[in-house]
Amino acid sequence: MSSSHVLRPDAHVHFGVFFQGVNHTTIWSDPASGSQIDFETFRHVVTKAERGLFDAFFLGEGLRLREQDGKILELDIAGRPDAIAQLSALAGITERVGLVATQNTTYNEPGDLARRLAGLDILSGGRAGWNAVTTDNAWTGENFRRGGFLDHELRYERAGQFIRTARAIWDSWGDDAIASPTAGEFSSDPNAVRHVDRSTSQFDISLDPTLPRSPQGHPVIFQAGDSPTGRDFAAANADVIFSRHGTHFDDALTFANDIRARLLAAGRPADDIRILPGTQIVLAEKASEVEEKRRWVLEGQYTGQTALSLVGLVWGRDLSDRDPDGPLPEFDPVPAPISATRGAARDGNDPIAIAKEWRALAEAKNLSLRQVAIETSARSGFVGTPGQVADELARWVHAGATDGFNISPYIVPGGLDEVVDWLVPELQERGVYRTEYASTTLRGHLGLRAPLTRRHSTETDSATG
Amino acid sequence: MSVFALAIELDGEGSHPAAWRHANRPPSESLSGPALLQKVRAAENAGFTFTTFEDSILPPQRGIRARVDAVNRACFVAATTSTIGLVPVVETTYAEPFHTSSQLATLDYASRGRGGWIAARASDPAAARAWGRPVVAGQADLDREQRDSITVVRELWDSWEDDAVIRDYQSGRFLDRNKLHYVGFEGESFAVKGPAIVPRPPQGQLVVLGAEADREQVDVVLVAEDDRDAAVDAATRSRGLTAVEIDVTLDTPEAAAADRLAALNRHQPSTPGRRVQYIGTTSGFVELLTELAAYTDGVRLFPTVIDEDLPALARFVLPALFKSGVAHRPVPGSSLRSNLGLARPVNRYAKV
Repeated sequence: MSSSHVLRPDAHVHFGVFFQGVNHTTIWSDPASGSQIDFETFRHVVTKAERGLFDAFFLGEGLRLREQDGKILELDIAGRPDAIAQLSALAGITERVGLVATQNTTYNEPGDLARRLAGLDILSGGRAGWNAVTTDNAWTGENFRRGGFLDHELRYERAGQFIRTARAIWDSWGDDAIASPTAGEFSSDPNAVRHVDRSTSQFDISLDPTLPRSPQGHPVIFQAGDSPTGRDFAAANADVIFSRHGTHFDDALTFANDIRARLLAAGRPADDIRILPGTQIVLAEKASEVEEKRRWVLEGQYTGQTALSLVGLVWGRDLSDRDPDGPLPEFDPVPAPISATRGAARDGNDPIAIAKEWRALAEAKNLSLRQVAIETSARSGFVGTPGQVADELARWVHAGATDGFNISPYIVPGGLDEVVDWLVPELQERGVYRTEYASTTLRGHLGLRAPLTRRHSTETDSATG
Repeated sequence: MSVFALAIELDGEGSHPAAWRHANRPPSESLSGPALLQKVRAAENAGFTFTTFEDSILPPQRGIRARVDAVNRACFVAATTSTIGLVPVVETTYAEPFHTSSQLATLDYASRGRGGWIAARASDPAAARAWGRPVVAGQADLDREQRDSITVVRELWDSWEDDAVIRDYQSGRFLDRNKLHYVGFEGESFAVKGPAIVPRPPQGQLVVLGAEADREQVDVVLVAEDDRDAAVDAATRSRGLTAVEIDVTLDTPEAAAADRLAALNRHQPSTPGRRVQYIGTTSGFVELLTELAAYTDGVRLFPTVIDEDLPALARFVLPALFKSGVAHRPVPGSSLRSNLGLARPVNRYAKV
């Protein structure tokens, strides 16, 4: 176990829940698995999160059904709602929990998306967040009018211009633009709303925004990119980082330190961002039951067919006829870059090298194909009794490795119940988790400063970099 | 006619530009979630079949120049209402049909089958500048985009057959890809491959409303004419379901309708839109609606001041229509389609 200095003795653990909806990590083959699309499933999870005093409820975004080898992938849970529309419905049945929508900057336009995010923010009383993601593949573009490809280098340029344009739209109304008394001549002073004109390499828009600021000023901006460019982008634009570094402490701490350095380089204080890695939490009431629970979850997530499919991605061919409990294929993979269509983490890597690595692993540990898929794919996250996991999470936040965790339940709708019913009380006993909401806004839950206003900024190509 | 549907538009504080002066809340609270829910609940309790939510990417031209988009408003009240249909305007000219389809399908899930869609053209070139897209100018091009959007949205709603989710434990398959369909649409300004990301909505197809020009593609035509006779003519000529649009100002216990309107016009004169105008007693309005029920399948009411005219409708007008059997309260637990007498459509891709 790594050394962990208590740099932040007063730090609290912040929780979000990431309702994934599509992925092999959501188990559907168990009787406890509910509908992936019925509203009641979402009601259960968001209500539980709010009862557990979570900062936020997260939804991913779907722009195209996943495929493998040119065919729609049948093995995983799929079929999900539009994120912002669903979060508005959930805003109607919750009072405090933050509501974060993943939305793509490539296949949206700022005049429309900034308005819909602001609408969610107003209706929820200041609880909206936006996980801003980018896409550069033409495959997703086949469902949208811009169609094809956005040059890889341009996707962050577009994302940066998009966010700055959205902020300009959110800043366009003076705070008292809607008069409170009804006696005045106009209900909203037309001079208090600033017209937004933007002419950049990606956008040419001109509009009169239709909404004032919400109680939290702007929706909270989340960012998940992990490449050096993605990290710099987060340091320049984000309030929260939804990172991938949520399983190994040293890795998380290294990432957090890297982000703090990038924040300082970008001219922001080192604590100006919250880091919430995505993770999984598997709990068993007794220590003797932990291993069995861990195995049950992994076997549900990595069925034989799913393991064959994941290994088939690397091998570049359909392996579904093989025995998942037998060895890895004896032949070599097709030496082509791994297809991006499924959005796999190994996109673009050399399959021959991966296969070599996996064979060595299988030999060293005597693993079947399915066991190799589990070993190499699973983000195990935190596994243990509620007390064990609470100690570990407290260590992470005290050491500054993270500010909290964005938990993906391995099953819906009940997968969050144990976290809220067992783990949250343990954290509260340790003094590292809130015992009631102290704020009504997402920004408040996260302890973020108010957004800077840019009411007099303009943007042209020369200003964007 | 078996059905006489009662719809009410709940945009802002009412259709009059000075309506906010007579609202039950200050303008600063007008946009809030609780204010919205209060209005929709009042309409639901009164027995309206559905409520509509006006929209545009541009600010409202009258009254408070602020507005939350219509899909968000409809979704916000979806889980806390139970019988009233929720019908947002979503414009077809510049929006991505893939997003439109997903948003509306999501509304249908959240409301358990009470979703609808007013498909509308964005004819103001300012909308193109707000979107950052080339202007779609001219009626023919606006009509083409409207037609293409409705086509794609409807195809996407059918792109999952009802039994596409199989959860087959033996083969490890969650989906049956033979029940999922590429739509492969290619139009003038967009192409959409599909299938949808949202499974087929509970109603199969949401109720789609539009203008007479859209008749081939919509379930209900909204009839917007200056007077009663023209509206009756148009409704009689139309081949399917119609709803006549009416601006309504009613007598309230406090003031006569004409005096109420005059007081509002003193603040800010209002030029009536292209709709039937009714200004008068509640009993006279019951008579008008009873007459219209012989020619049309419903009405869409635009109350002058929601907080004044909706209570009058709820207390005096709708109860009389229910009592005489001209109209009926929506049935709890049933879909908007069924409350309009529309069957759940068979999926175009389903093999019989």
